[in-house]
Amino acid sequence: MSALLSINDLQKSFGAVTVADASSFDVAQGEAVGILGPNGAGKTSLFNLITGALRADSGTVRFDGRDITKLPAAARCKMGVARSFQIPQPFTGMTVFENALVGATQGAGLRGREAEDHALAVLTETGLSDKANMRAGSLSLLERKRLELARALSAKPKLLLLDEIAGGLTDAECGALIDTIKRIHANGTTIIWIEHVVHALMAVAERLIVIDFGRKVAEGDPKAIMESAEVKEIYLGIAADA
Amino acid sequence: MVIAALGLLVLAAAPWWAGRADLRLLGEIYLYLSLAMLWNLMAGYAGLVSVGQQAYVGFGGYLLFALTMFGGLHPIAAILAGGILAGFLSVPIAALIFRLKGAYFAIGTWVMAEVFRLSFAQASSLGGGSGSSLPVDVVRSLADSRSGREALSYWLALGAAVIVIACVYLYLRSNRGLALTAIRDSEVAAAGLGINIWRTKLEVYVVTSAFTAIIGGLIFLQKLRISPDAAFSVNDWTAFVIFIVVIGGIGTLEGPIIGTILFFVLRETLADLGTTYLIVLGLVAIIIMLKAPKGVWGLIRSRFDLELFPLSYRVRTHDADKGA
Repeated sequence: MSALLSINDLQKSFGAVTVADASSFDVAQGEAVGILGPNGAGKTSLFNLITGALRADSGTVRFDGRDITKLPAAARCKMGVARSFQIPQPFTGMTVFENALVGATQGAGLRGREAEDHALAVLTETGLSDKANMRAGSLSLLERKRLELARALSAKPKLLLLDEIAGGLTDAECGALIDTIKRIHANGTTIIWIEHVVHALMAVAERLIVIDFGRKVAEGDPKAIMESAEVKEIYLGIAADA
Repeated sequence: MVIAALGLLVLAAAPWWAGRADLRLLGEIYLYLSLAMLWNLMAGYAGLVSVGQQAYVGFGGYLLFALTMFGGLHPIAAILAGGILAGFLSVPIAALIFRLKGAYFAIGTWVMAEVFRLSFAQASSLGGGSGSSLPVDVVRSLADSRSGREALSYWLALGAAVIVIACVYLYLRSNRGLALTAIRDSEVAAAGLGINIWRTKLEVYVVTSAFTAIIGGLIFLQKLRISPDAAFSVNDWTAFVIFIVVIGGIGTLEGPIIGTILFFVLRETLADLGTTYLIVLGLVAIIIMLKAPKGVWGLIRSRFDLELFPLSYRVRTHDADKGA
């Protein structure tokens, strides 16, 4: 099985704060990987390094067989990396449909009718089709989260990065979101998902990676990881030998 | 559409129904409207808050004089040539000032405009610091009679405004315009969706600069006299333009139109008050910024879901075609 994404020895610091400290891991084509870690552990920074919003100090990011460490964000998106933002960043002055159209035309490179059909399909998939003509600025939190997902999908990604997309949702909303993400994964999209809502993550992820202080501290089968002493210590503050 | 076309016809016929002073005022309004449209595209959409576009106004004006006096070009050809040259010139300037962000960018553009002003003040063949007038034979080449010339420069101004509005509108309607609007709303998300932000901004900067120089040429074709201080005036070509755009509603197509109307209504009613007029302008700007930060158009749009220019793509119920 060849790796779609391969992170090697990635390093990034802002002054004394290290957000990525020699992290290395691979994500295979078609895999769904969950990323766990306390606040400030460097999870979102890792996404920024993968998508190109941040440049690594050293180390490499390889995607689809190519070294993309120095590529700008736009070029990475065109290769098939798309993300949702933890704090939704909708294009507030545009309609929901136009938000998706941006990804379809700029990211996926579709034109005219094809782009419009794809944008509409993505909105239907994420349950936003009845809001298509509303201004994105007038959406509720749940709708904004869905729009984040829709917009990332509109760029036709091979690798979809989800950043705390289930945070702040009710159980019912969360359940619907999990179903949507499962469907996207079943269609062959590789997913990396950062989430604090552990049950959501467990429902989708085939493998978990735990990050703390920019370092990968554990990696493996979701159940085994959740029961490991190290994860309990990081999350619950219980000493490993207690 | 029909109303707009009829209105345009009435305006085009102005040389037959308006007096000389009114014609001049209308011409000035069209040119300010064009400047405001261009500045709005650059600052309101591309986020390039320049306070140095007077560099291109003055450049266009001076090139009209230089190319007609020494190059023997027809004034209209000289104005177009000035626009094209300004476009080329703006590329290395962009490479320099795009390194600056936010307030530093604004100051950088101003410094650049001062460099332009000082350079043209050195050109003794163009009258140096005191400037020069357009020679009589060049003026004659436009039209024989004074009224003929004034009508022509009126039509040029009207034509320029129509072309600028049409170009800005068509650009914003295109896929590139969609990308530009995305940049306006969130640069980080736009980059993440495959939009090359630097290149998009460069495109906008070059095109607006070229058009601004053309408008500059037309402004000084009306005035027939140029001097460095008038050509590169930050007050006339940038401060008033910013006032127009901000009052009307920055980042919208309708804003500059409403702003231009408001600006000229204020100017014409308060012109006799001298400096008090500027104080009133300042007060109006402050009140609008506090009470309606998105300008008059933003206020209107928040009440009624209204668009003068159908820019947005909407999904129709029966098919996914784009439409208004």
